[in-house]
Amino acid sequence: MLEIKDLKVNIEDKEILKGINLSVKAGEVHAIMGPNGSGKSTLASALAGRNYFNITHGKIIYEGKDLTELTPEDRAREGIFLGFQYPVEIPGVSMVNFLRTAINSMRKYRGQEPLPAGDFLKLMREKKKIVEIDSDLTNRSVNEGFSGGEKKKNEIFQMALLEPRLAILDETDSGLDIDALRIVSNGVNKLRSPENATIIITHYQRLLDYIVPDVVHVLYKGRIVKSGDKSLAKELEEHGYDWIKHEVDAHA
Amino acid sequence: MTDQEKILNEVTGSDYKFGFQTNIDTETIPKGLNEEVVRIISAKKEEPEWLTESRLKAFRHWQTLHMPDWAHLKIPEIDYQDIIYYAAPKQEAKYESMDEVDPELLDTFNRLGIPLEEQKQLAGVAVDAVMDSVSVKTTFQDILADKGIIFCSFSDAVKNHSDLIKKYMGSVVPYTDNYFAALNSAVFSDGSFCYIPKGVRCPMELSTYFRINAANTGQFERTLIVAEEDSYVSYLEGCTAPIRDENQLHAAIVEIVAMENAEVKYSTVQNWYPGNKEGKGGIYNFVTKRGICKGDNSKISWTQVETGSAVTWKYPSCILKGDNSVGEFYSVAVTNNYQQADTGTKMIHIGKNTRSTIISKGISAGKSQNSYRGLVKVLKGAENARNYSQCDSLLLGDKCGAHTFPYLEVNNRSAVVEHEATTSKIGEDQIFYCNQRGIDTENAISLIVNGYAKEVLNKLPMEFAVEAQKLLAITLEGSVG
Repeated sequence: MLEIKDLKVNIEDKEILKGINLSVKAGEVHAIMGPNGSGKSTLASALAGRNYFNITHGKIIYEGKDLTELTPEDRAREGIFLGFQYPVEIPGVSMVNFLRTAINSMRKYRGQEPLPAGDFLKLMREKKKIVEIDSDLTNRSVNEGFSGGEKKKNEIFQMALLEPRLAILDETDSGLDIDALRIVSNGVNKLRSPENATIIITHYQRLLDYIVPDVVHVLYKGRIVKSGDKSLAKELEEHGYDWIKHEVDAHA
Repeated sequence: MTDQEKILNEVTGSDYKFGFQTNIDTETIPKGLNEEVVRIISAKKEEPEWLTESRLKAFRHWQTLHMPDWAHLKIPEIDYQDIIYYAAPKQEAKYESMDEVDPELLDTFNRLGIPLEEQKQLAGVAVDAVMDSVSVKTTFQDILADKGIIFCSFSDAVKNHSDLIKKYMGSVVPYTDNYFAALNSAVFSDGSFCYIPKGVRCPMELSTYFRINAANTGQFERTLIVAEEDSYVSYLEGCTAPIRDENQLHAAIVEIVAMENAEVKYSTVQNWYPGNKEGKGGIYNFVTKRGICKGDNSKISWTQVETGSAVTWKYPSCILKGDNSVGEFYSVAVTNNYQQADTGTKMIHIGKNTRSTIISKGISAGKSQNSYRGLVKVLKGAENARNYSQCDSLLLGDKCGAHTFPYLEVNNRSAVVEHEATTSKIGEDQIFYCNQRGIDTENAISLIVNGYAKEVLNKLPMEFAVEAQKLLAITLEGSVG
């Protein structure tokens, strides 16, 4: 589904990603872990098409298409979803209006008619259950005045509604209490299917107790320095990142 | 050049969508302004002597004045002798049915998306359409007449209701008020008159579409609304204008009188030609709008969506004379390219327990300048006066300007006056968030801007609100910062 080949990304003149290789197949859940500043969020943004940095080298192939040639909105319409680490507030724009515009933009791209209002509201009701989100929340403006936990739930709710093929969850667990973490994880687990894939970006292992990954990667200084199964996450939990840092830095 | 900048430049490239010109024969008088011209205008309109005299008095006063220069506007010098002060469509006859109306005129309205026919049927709006200076078509007169409501062109009112005109014209905006008020009082061509009798709730939204058309013709409209005790009326004003190169002067006067327990809602969507992307052409819009809450418990509410004109100079105001009277001002002013707007309100608290609310939302894009200028004045006797002002500015891009000039004069200790102001930029984060959900940048901006202006748009009557939302989107097509 996704093939990243020797991806190098600069922000201004600084190289943040120094040659990432990653292959994600349909049905898989990949966890990307790493200490702060290792380039995790930059990787997520590069996949979604944020334009404040330059891809200087390498390729991102998604479903046989060169992703770098698509605008951010077309990537979204092709089924890529980014769960934001810090979802922005859009005052005065209701969740209903926002999501209806989003869904209909995607439908238009696929050559489908806009979803009738009744069907849309029904769909919203169904998906709300997945993340146990309050009705009240969807009547408010996009993320406005939402608590940290509500914002993250809202991201998963949007993911449920938009039904992406590849979901990238950027630090979705940060700032969540244990209940919210459970709800968010349940949501993600319910949406797992053999057709789609998920990339979970996280600093901590605890999210992976809830969402069990197929593959765990460690990103450090702009490179994936280690990959393994879920036991790698456990190891990191016990020993921290230092042993990997030592290993890598010793080789360098 | 970043993507954002590219899009920003594209806006500037988006052409005015309502730019077209209608070929209707107009009867004009030569350029220039002097006593003779004032007399000709008055004579053409077959006005009574007192009105001719009133015009001349205003003209003489105007000659002693200078154009105001205190606004945050850069206006090239206007040659008042290079303007035609009167133009009337040649067909003077009034029509019984729509079939008799010049098809080209109907087409004009259709292209504007405001077909009279449809409005009659769907919206239940009585339309007094002003094409240049003389009103062409008046509808729904019967229903209104039934209730004793008078809604007609200003000239008709001069002929048929001269006692009311004599009593109220100039009572809120005297000709001595300012430069443009004096000019209008001297040369006003036509406009609308609306009278709601005691105890009557006007059953429909009243609207007038103004349209500047004849080349080089200044428009000097005059509107007078009188709401007697316990009455209610909602009045809509909306306009667009065709593309042209010369600047066009427009100086209107709107006067509202609200008696005891009366309520007047006045809504405007203004979309006159703003000039091209180099800042050439466009309407100069100098408007004096003022209402007086004369009776106790009366209320006047101004709502405006200003997207057009090269220059806007406009301060719809309320004089809160009656005790417990309420004044409101809700405004969205959008400027793009080289547009300049200096707009706001004045709330003059005279009566006890008077309340006023000001919500102003400025949106600046391109190389435009957008200023809010507002005065809240509490007089000595205005016990317990309350004002709440909120002035927000939204910037799209980094070549535009937003300015806020609040003035406060409080002469009563019991008054409570609050002022809040914010300035924000449409963030790339917000746009990217929308993009990531499959929404393209154009639609993202439209969503964000309409969300920002929601508080004001919600105050508009339904059919106007939809039109206004589209207008905001069209006006800002592609602007990002």
